[in-house]
Amino acid sequence: MAHLESVPMFWRRMKSLYSLIGVECLNCGKKYFPPRLICPECGGKEMKDYRFKGTGKVVSYSIIDVPPKGLKYQTPYGLAIVELDEGVRVTGQLVGCNLGEIKAGMRVETTFRKIIAVNKNGVIQYGYKFRPEGYPRINNGEKK
Amino acid sequence: MRNVAVIGVGMTKFGELWDYSLRQIFTMAAIEALEDAGCSNRDIEAFYVGNMSAGLFIGQEHLGALLADNAGLKNIPAMRVEGACASGGLALREAYLTIKAGEYDLVMVGGIEKMSDSPCTEDVTTTLGAAADQEWETFVGLTFPGAYALIAKAHMERYGTTKEQLAMVAVKNHKNGKNNPKAQFRREITIEQVLASGIVADPLSLLDCSPISDGGAAVILASEDMAKKFSDTPVWILGSGQASDTLALHDREDLTSLKATRLAAEKAYTAANMGPKDVNFAEVHDCFTIAEIVATEDLGFFHPGGGGKAVEEGLTEVDGKIPINPSGGLKAKGHPVGATGVAQVVSVVEQLRGEAHKRQVNRAETALTHNVGGSGATAVVHIFSR
Ligand SMILES: [Zn+2]
Repeated sequence: MAHLESVPMFWRRMKSLYSLIGVECLNCGKKYFPPRLICPECGGKEMKDYRFKGTGKVVSYSIIDVPPKGLKYQTPYGLAIVELDEGVRVTGQLVGCNLGEIKAGMRVETTFRKIIAVNKNGVIQYGYKFRPEGYPRINNGEKK
Repeated sequence: MRNVAVIGVGMTKFGELWDYSLRQIFTMAAIEALEDAGCSNRDIEAFYVGNMSAGLFIGQEHLGALLADNAGLKNIPAMRVEGACASGGLALREAYLTIKAGEYDLVMVGGIEKMSDSPCTEDVTTTLGAAADQEWETFVGLTFPGAYALIAKAHMERYGTTKEQLAMVAVKNHKNGKNNPKAQFRREITIEQVLASGIVADPLSLLDCSPISDGGAAVILASEDMAKKFSDTPVWILGSGQASDTLALHDREDLTSLKATRLAAEKAYTAANMGPKDVNFAEVHDCFTIAEIVATEDLGFFHPGGGGKAVEEGLTEVDGKIPINPSGGLKAKGHPVGATGVAQVVSVVEQLRGEAHKRQVNRAETALTHNVGGSGATAVVHIFSR
């Protein structure tokens, strides 16, 4: 998607995409990913950076066969909503396992991968994906 | 507060309308609505149009003025309302509120989308993906069908809903669409065909998804005085409710239910002083088969998890306990996204007037429309009676 190829748009998110940096509300302690400026729960406006561990479990998943622009070379790919151990949920691709092995409840961890490699600006965009916790126990069928 | 009625409706056939541009499609619907209401283009005081993404689909913004001009509405206030696939329903609600508040007496509500000018399916997938969170969902590979696939998986996991039950929604809606001359698909399909139609996003197959469509719809809303002046068969809007939720699906408390639908329905039911049992039939937002099952639960027609079984038992057929999408729904009628919320009103008004011919629901006195944006970040519900 053209807009997602924007360099500043990517650059602004780099910290979160590379290191899973979110925020913690200093008033009520609730954690958020990505960062927010105001806490919807308590209205607190003082937030401090919080680095999520990156481990969690699959809440729901799908295998995507018809991709958006730019991701065609990866299809079919596994995609999941993952609940991080800190209680916050994120969406990400699942790699490092056979697509048929993905199950709700499976333990996963983040891995640093190429997200969009085809970019008219020549910038390869990296970020988090998820793989089975304790990888590499299984490594066939992996999608980069 | 004043009562508000729908006094005129119009819509084009939905489908791939290669011969017509966005402005022509909308104007055809607008003319039909004006003629149906028996009023002239110069009687209309304001214009609201629902449209999701003409900017990305055809590179055209500023639709309020463009379409008001084309529909001959001259210099009246005109604006576009956007809430992804709920844009049409939101435009209706904005117009309704202005009449209720006493600002206007006669307002046109439009809904329009021109999707088939996009060069390829990938472009459409990408544009529809803009209804999700670009930075944290689309970027990592979530598609629009993918979001509903995540909902479907969670629903199947928790309640035992089956792929066959999902397919039955498509089969029913195609059966209904066969009787709707304006529907994109007017042929019946089988469960086997749905299951064999090729995976888009597991567990959703191609025939679990609503199609890429062009289409326009328009309705004329009037205050009570004006309704009585122009119409012998006004359809009253008894209640209107709207709610929002997080754009990202992963931030929602529950994947098996849309909180925005539940909240919007609650407000609409309260305003109408009615409950789900008082509704004779409904047009709900079945952008994907799972969406209809979840909607029938969230709107209170069935208990949570009971939507799959209900379609299997035929409760949602045209002659069932609570007919759902007698028009064919988004699935068979077509889903020109911004037009959908307004087209639902057109379908409901035809039924309440007893003019739905072969798809006519028995005892159609009250009806509900339910329009959703994205994976459920926007929901709008309206309740009507004749
Ligand atoms: Zn807080």
